[in-house]
Amino acid sequence: MKIRTLEQLRALAEELRAARDHRPCVRVCGGTGCRARGSEEVLARFKTLLQETGLAEAVDVKFTGCHGLCERGPLVSLAPQEVFYQGVEADDVRAIVTETLARGTVIERLLAQDPVTGKHARREQEIPFYRRQHRLVLRFNGILDPTDIREYIAVGGYQALGTALTHLTPEEVIEIIERSGLRGRGGAGFPTGKKWRMARAAPGSRKYVICNGDEGDPGAFMDRSVLEGNPHSVIEGMIIGAYAIGAAQGIIYVREEYPLAVRTLEIALAQARDYGFLGEEIFDSAFSFDIEIVRGAGAFVAGEETALIAAVEGRVSEPRQRPPYPVHRGVWGYPTVINNVETWANVPLIIERGPEWFASLGTATSKGTKIFSLVGKVMNTGLVEIPMGMTLRELIEEIGGGAPPPREIKAVQIGGPSGGCLPKALFDLPIDYESLTEAGAMMGSGGLIVMDDRTCMVDVARYFMDFLRDESCGKCLPCREGTNRMYELLTAICEGRATESDLELLEELAHVVKETSLCGLGQTAPNPVLTTLRYFRPEYEAHIRERRCPAGVCKALIRYVINAERCTGCLACLQPCPQQAISGQLKQPHVISEERCIKCGICYEVCQFGAVEIV
Amino acid sequence: MREVEAIIERYGAERRHVIAILQDIQAQFHYLPREALLEVAARVRIPMIDLYSIATFYNGFSLIPRGEHVIRVCLGTACHLKGGTRLVEALERELGVRQGEMTSDGQFSFETVRCVGACALAPLVLIDGRYYPKMTQRKLTQVLARLRRARPAAEIAR
Repeated sequence: MKIRTLEQLRALAEELRAARDHRPCVRVCGGTGCRARGSEEVLARFKTLLQETGLAEAVDVKFTGCHGLCERGPLVSLAPQEVFYQGVEADDVRAIVTETLARGTVIERLLAQDPVTGKHARREQEIPFYRRQHRLVLRFNGILDPTDIREYIAVGGYQALGTALTHLTPEEVIEIIERSGLRGRGGAGFPTGKKWRMARAAPGSRKYVICNGDEGDPGAFMDRSVLEGNPHSVIEGMIIGAYAIGAAQGIIYVREEYPLAVRTLEIALAQARDYGFLGEEIFDSAFSFDIEIVRGAGAFVAGEETALIAAVEGRVSEPRQRPPYPVHRGVWGYPTVINNVETWANVPLIIERGPEWFASLGTATSKGTKIFSLVGKVMNTGLVEIPMGMTLRELIEEIGGGAPPPREIKAVQIGGPSGGCLPKALFDLPIDYESLTEAGAMMGSGGLIVMDDRTCMVDVARYFMDFLRDESCGKCLPCREGTNRMYELLTAICEGRATESDLELLEELAHVVKETSLCGLGQTAPNPVLTTLRYFRPEYEAHIRERRCPAGVCKALIRYVINAERCTGCLACLQPCPQQAISGQLKQPHVISEERCIKCGICYEVCQFGAVEIV
Repeated sequence: MREVEAIIERYGAERRHVIAILQDIQAQFHYLPREALLEVAARVRIPMIDLYSIATFYNGFSLIPRGEHVIRVCLGTACHLKGGTRLVEALERELGVRQGEMTSDGQFSFETVRCVGACALAPLVLIDGRYYPKMTQRKLTQVLARLRRARPAAEIAR
């Protein structure tokens, strides 16, 4: 059916809500993390069992987007009981159906448990991981079935679009976005309203809007989760943006490594066309617009806007000099607005609740919320959304639950390969664009990688440099050569072959690459080196002066030994050793032959008594 | 090649669709066969050198065939911190090939990938599209042994 008026849409939402409200609902997390842990099997088991027990008609079972707490998946939430189960396996499903669904009894062993108090949390909101969050963009992520547009409509979806098209002029929409203070969530934080205004004013017979879903930062999956969990919020934002700048065509550029996101988007776009939110004369206005998907073929640099344009045009993804900016000369030479997934998803919210409401969240210069993927050496790995201005400490220690004991958190890497490593001493820093940039890192797209005392900061810098030299497109010399030479220097340090002067050279080179590279990739490539040098210089010096890796990571500088007091002589490490480097008898302490050992670490991995030590 | 013909039809023989066309060819054959590239170049009327530069620029394309089983080790930041590199080394030892290569019997292809966005499962290995979460060198060896055993006896004899 085609929706023609805002009243018609509201009536439909009302009708869908009324039809839905009284039915119990099982929501199984369909995020990538939970799927990998078997949530597809859990969903299938629910369907068969409900069929068997004759409850299939009375209970809704569905996949939703990512619930966020990936660490404890597969996650299942039940409504209206408001029970949140974690670590659910297919074999637990029978108990959930017969006890919780049929009788309302809560199964304690499937509830989250507070590590400190030992108390079980029945509802999502009672879990510390969720309690401190402010989920706006993600508010429907664990609730809606992303493959059914009616669910989005039932919660008020597309009403912001209806309001914009029937009650606001394009200029008024731009003014609202400007007043809200929304800034780009892709990394640099450019004011969104200002970008739109420039594109609207730019002369051009055609204009484009693009959603940048080329989430290339390793360790980041915010955009993926939004696209997979609530694709319509992004599509609605894009349609509003297109109306504001006067574009008739939109493009969603999404990585091919995210096949589920591509599939979900295809379904969502088809449904949006069926309901008339895309196509000719949307909401009976003079405005027509449609969106196509372009799949990225795998290039980190394609996240840079001019490189993305090249990829969309079917060329090698190389950036070009700016200006002219894409708002003046973008796809095929026409004015183009490129915004990140999360930025677009914020737009309907701002129209719906007003710019003043949005501007009341966050700090003076950074408004609203930000989604982070909290990963690495932290207890609660997952997806979190917090108001801007929260401190790193609150995010990492309260929401993230700190490091798994007995380890201790040492640093956090924020902003992906373009960002930086910040030490624990700076954890009281508020999360906003300016504070992070001042500290040498950047907001980036929202990857937050927690590091503990077993993380070597030189190795981390080397890791990012390896990534960047591989992903550098090669167009400009400073980036192409600079990243390779920095990588060589970092490798020499990790292998204990470097001298003090290498450290100076590394620093000098980092500054040169930063100042002379063509695009954002090269200009920010030295950040991981510069921040680790700034905050963790003693680690570099230990590698150079003492030929020692304090974290016990750099292979050339460590040895594996067996602590004879701890070794129980269980023989477990003998067979897996690919070198037959371990000798010993049952119940006698074993010994590693240093000559044969290739430091693969398997013995360390298999020993259950902590007897294998790194020295 | 009939499949290539069908893929070009699907998008239209236009320059701007060339990446999508190559992606579908890659999905169908698991690499970009030379004949397929020549056909695309002729149909879309772009110089082979341009097509070659696209095919070698993007990580999603491969110019060499892939093995029966494709093993991909994630080397995203979270996976790196939790030992992804050790998994790469273990595979190099076990399979006797380097990353990006195929074993001589055509059974395994071994690649690395920059983050698949499932960081809670780090370190992660994908085998034939299936996720193996929180992988260890030990578990990896066991999975490899299972895949080797699963191979039909007739094929091994050959």
